[in-house]
Amino acid sequence: MSVTPEVGADLSVDLNGIRLRTPVLAASGCFGSGKEMSELIDLRRVGGIVTKSVTLAPTKGLPTPRMAETPSGMLNAIGLQNPGIDEFLEKDGPWIAEAPAPVFVSIAGRSVDEYLRVVTRISTIPNVVAVEANISCPNVERRNQVFACHPDQAGEVIGAVSRLTSLPVFAKLTADTTNIVEVADACIRAGAHGLSLINTLLGMAIDSETFEAKLGAVTGGLSGPAIRPVAVRCIFQVARAFPEVPILGVGGVVTAADAVELMLAGAWAVQVGTANFFDPEATIRVADGMAAFVARKGLAGAADLRGKVTFHDHLAEPAYRSG
Amino acid sequence: MLSTRRTGAYHSVTLVAPDIAEQAKPGQFVEVAVPDGRSIMLRRPFSIHQASRRGGWAGTLEIVFDVVGPGTQWLAGVTTHETLDVIGPIGRAFQFPRDLRSCLLVGGGYGAAPLHFLAEELRVRDKQVSMIVGARDHERVFKPVEGKRLASTFVITTEDGSMGEQGRVTDFLPAMVARTSAEVVYACGPNAMLRAVAEYCGERRIPCQVAVEEQMACGLGVCWTCVVPLLAADAQSWWNVRACTEGPVFNGARVWWDHWLGQQPVDEPAQEPLPDGHEAQVVEIHSP
Repeated sequence: MSVTPEVGADLSVDLNGIRLRTPVLAASGCFGSGKEMSELIDLRRVGGIVTKSVTLAPTKGLPTPRMAETPSGMLNAIGLQNPGIDEFLEKDGPWIAEAPAPVFVSIAGRSVDEYLRVVTRISTIPNVVAVEANISCPNVERRNQVFACHPDQAGEVIGAVSRLTSLPVFAKLTADTTNIVEVADACIRAGAHGLSLINTLLGMAIDSETFEAKLGAVTGGLSGPAIRPVAVRCIFQVARAFPEVPILGVGGVVTAADAVELMLAGAWAVQVGTANFFDPEATIRVADGMAAFVARKGLAGAADLRGKVTFHDHLAEPAYRSG
Repeated sequence: MLSTRRTGAYHSVTLVAPDIAEQAKPGQFVEVAVPDGRSIMLRRPFSIHQASRRGGWAGTLEIVFDVVGPGTQWLAGVTTHETLDVIGPIGRAFQFPRDLRSCLLVGGGYGAAPLHFLAEELRVRDKQVSMIVGARDHERVFKPVEGKRLASTFVITTEDGSMGEQGRVTDFLPAMVARTSAEVVYACGPNAMLRAVAEYCGERRIPCQVAVEEQMACGLGVCWTCVVPLLAADAQSWWNVRACTEGPVFNGARVWWDHWLGQQPVDEPAQEPLPDGHEAQVVEIHSP
């Protein structure tokens, strides 16, 4: 089987030193470690794999129902279920070391110390390309405030992680904050190599017949095409402020056109999340479609799309509000 | 798609899917993709009612469902010759007993559908098959005529008494177990019914396998939404396991029902260890 896309456009991107064959990665929590998908698709054609977040201790997660489908999206409340770093290293470590696609390992924790203890262990796996720090977690040392909602806490954890590992660190940010550019700024100044924008948005759904909250945990993260405009806005704002910092755009990518939209907003590469659930080949299909798109537009490569959005210049500042 | 028809209150869809039909085992399911351009996107899981490998219907697969939302509403309207995007067969199937012979199959609503497939496979293995099938009303009793043909003892229950005995399957379970000297029980239906059947069997140390339903986003083992809390063999610890990958068929004695379906989640199991020797009597469903 061919390992290059059918259309001969150059899809490779360079994230300030991290070279990827295609700019279409699989997002954390939507692809396992990649091993689970290896029987279904040709992983050599996937731009990269971001693994499901791993924590220091085994985490059982939240009660069911953990999922509710909503218009053009879904809510999930898994609670970071994972076997913990020891079993992760034992079961997924050897696979990651030989994986047919570049692997970004996602880490999570409930205190700065937990992130540090996990990242030192991750650094022992050969061939890991980067660390993605999922900082949409409650900080037990700060009244369970979410790291990514506060620039100081986001900067603290990203700074500590970046100092401890030689791997490039991507901070995965949430749009559920007053000003994502400030959080991005804090992470970049703390040493983040890049940013993943955005995580799920906090949401909730209620069954109108039974009056019951649809999720066992009551609230959960909204993903899918429903959040794509929010992702585009966040990527655009952050990319305008920090054009030299690699951004992995995440949020509702299903088609090549969706991926192009995130790149035009300023993403250097994109991650496909929810779409993997209903189309295991989504990352490959999007990359192939992007290759055809790049060829049709006569561009030199996918990297040429980055930040090329056009808009009327009379808007000195893009509108923050509705209306 | 080969054909679509009504069976009582339910819909039945037959697909030409030779690869899936060839591999399918009772208790497994398929994931059907909904078409693009809708506000729903996730695949819908359906248990396999029939998989024909021989005869005039070779290479076909039949699924049964109730219209409960936009996905099943769409599928009910799909017509002959349309092509569907289906992944399967998925999950661990019911396990057949090696030595035990008398099998009781307990079905609730369209949960009886995969039990027909199971009954046929058990009969091929020279097992004695009995069946008890319940529903809200006679319209929702799944294929009673076919069920009667498959089982040597067959009982129907309806909550409104419009067919068979009035009540729930669990009301008649003890009598049915006694009458058929059931040595193994298989159940599929609403989770509350599965719990009642599993707890009854647990008390009497009858091996019991249940096919569960849980909200599922992918069916591929990557989303971790469809989990069921499963007790370790010593009942001292537990873990959330995926219904799509480790299930949907579970050993009923290992499901921690209180935690899964109960209203007060607690941190650790409050259950006593299973009695000595209990595990040995349970048909082990996790062995390959």
